[in-house]
Amino acid sequence: MNYFFNKNGPLISTYLIIAISFWLVFLIIIPQLYMFDLSFRPNIPPLLRGGPDDVYTLTHYKHFLFGSETSGESYNYVDVGVFRDTILIAVLITLINLCFCYPIAFYIAKVASPNTARLLIVSLIIPFWINELLRSFALRILFAGEGFINNVLLKLGLIDNGINFIAMDVALYTGLNYAYILLMIFPLYNAMETLDKNQLEAAEDLGSSMLKTHFRIVIPHAKAGIASGCTMVFMLTAGALATPVVLSSPNTFWFTQLIYQWFNMNDNWPRGAAYSVVLLSVSVVFVLLMMKIFKVKIGEIVR
Amino acid sequence: MSADVELQNVSVSFGNFYAAKNVSVKIEKGEFFSFLGPSGCGKTTLLRAISGFSEPSDGKILIGNQDMAGIGPNKRPTSLIFQNLALFPLMSVADNIAFSLEVRGTGKVQRRKRADELLELVALTGQGDKKVHELSGGQRQRVAIARALAIEPEVLLLDEPLSALDLKLRQKMRIELREIQKRVGITFIYITHDQGEALTMSDRIAVMNQGELEQIGSCHNVYESPCTPFVATFVGENNAFYGTVSAVDGDMVNVSADGNNFSAKAGDLGEGKKYTFKKGDKVIMFVRPESIFLKDQNNQADNVFTADFKAIEFEGNLKNIYMSINGKQNVRCSVSNAVDTTVLSNSKNVELKFSSRDAVVLPVGPLAVD
Repeated sequence: MNYFFNKNGPLISTYLIIAISFWLVFLIIIPQLYMFDLSFRPNIPPLLRGGPDDVYTLTHYKHFLFGSETSGESYNYVDVGVFRDTILIAVLITLINLCFCYPIAFYIAKVASPNTARLLIVSLIIPFWINELLRSFALRILFAGEGFINNVLLKLGLIDNGINFIAMDVALYTGLNYAYILLMIFPLYNAMETLDKNQLEAAEDLGSSMLKTHFRIVIPHAKAGIASGCTMVFMLTAGALATPVVLSSPNTFWFTQLIYQWFNMNDNWPRGAAYSVVLLSVSVVFVLLMMKIFKVKIGEIVR
Repeated sequence: MSADVELQNVSVSFGNFYAAKNVSVKIEKGEFFSFLGPSGCGKTTLLRAISGFSEPSDGKILIGNQDMAGIGPNKRPTSLIFQNLALFPLMSVADNIAFSLEVRGTGKVQRRKRADELLELVALTGQGDKKVHELSGGQRQRVAIARALAIEPEVLLLDEPLSALDLKLRQKMRIELREIQKRVGITFIYITHDQGEALTMSDRIAVMNQGELEQIGSCHNVYESPCTPFVATFVGENNAFYGTVSAVDGDMVNVSADGNNFSAKAGDLGEGKKYTFKKGDKVIMFVRPESIFLKDQNNQADNVFTADFKAIEFEGNLKNIYMSINGKQNVRCSVSNAVDTTVLSNSKNVELKFSSRDAVVLPVGPLAVD
């Protein structure tokens, strides 16, 4: 601590400590603890809070797993189903995202000339100046029944009737994939950028094909970046709200939409909190599991 | 297996800039051949063209009489050792060495066996399970050599691999490289800007300057009979006496320079021919510092002159004596540390001598600038 103060001077040290503590305590720890606590409380009118009925209960978690007490189902197949689909699709989208971004990141980091690389980075960033909601609506316009894509396909005579991209969730998956590509590309790019180009040439000189060079040299080198990108994209995709609200078909529910409903429409904050805790804990466990499997340490991810 | 390498009028250009210009050379099977030149002279460009990382914009590269045009680096019978070695840091030493076998689908047991054989060849027996970063600079060097030899290349290309090592280790590795080359018997093509490395290891040397070949020859040939003023001054040290031809007698040329009249031999033009001069030609006469003697030293010499003492420099085994003639023409003379030079330090006129056999006359041309 003394060393920290001596190194950075009193002004900067105090600022850093206050800013980081505020961020951690007020924006992360307190709201999450409050949410965690709330998820174990009954949904009772404000007047009864603190009264004899305000006892810790697992009722909301029970509801997530088994549905309302009056239902005859063995488990809450609607909510659990939505949850399962959300996680699975988020995993799928993360993988597609990785496959999609890997070549782009590699091209920018190791193939393109410095000028081309700068141009590519700028053209990746600029579209993200537009807000996520607007980008989702833009995709909706593209994919709509009488939208741009259908019109072009019809004009070209490739199809006879418009395709319902929204109902098929093509629009949703495209939107989710597109929403966070920068969070995949940049960690990958950062990791690949530090790879010595001579290593690629050495591998090639020793007879390695391009594919083998990627599997043996580039991917092991960029492992931390891959883990970092995948973690962020997975977390954000599983927790996305705007894109699913705008682009999902009427039959598809994203788990965040359920949470939103409990909070806002059904006015049941404790239940919404419980659902949030479920999503957060499963996401965290999933990420830790992935890190274990790919032998990446948390310190490497943030590097 | 070893192959010869032939460059036929090879040029490599980047836009309007020629990194290598019209280079023709035939490197024999099993030869240790060096390209020597200052940085930016195009030697690395040539090496990359031979290894297949760049295509010549003109001319042909033949390896074992086979035209290499359109054949990628992974399909050529060459193996390249990079300047920074480019070992794979995440793999063990054995995995590094056997990488070329791994990508060819050789089994694990076989790979390990081959890696162990190669580790023995480069005197690293039993180090296969270490990580690269656990090895010393010299050991890494040897791993890089072993890795390059694993594919049994016919030609090994080395891009200044010793430049990162300190002097002692560099001197040791020179001998080791030479020994490894003799043991495996394949062609080595070595790139360096260090004339000491080129002279100690090579069978033949090609001296390059600004993308062009200046001279190809044995170490002795290049050192003792330089063809151009650049080679004379880039390879080793040299005194350059600017003067005019006053008489010609067969291969011997008389040069008058700064009031002295020297006798020297006409320089080689290459291919056994010599330069021919006529009276009045502007020339440079080159005499190596170690070929100039103090007058009382017991060496034969038919050229005698005097110069003013300026400074003396102690280099360990040698002493460099700096002098000048008329304050214009600098002369440097290197004598063994055992020679007594105390008397020089306060003398105005130092009497010096050299043999006409050790002096080479060349037409005026650019020198290698330090």
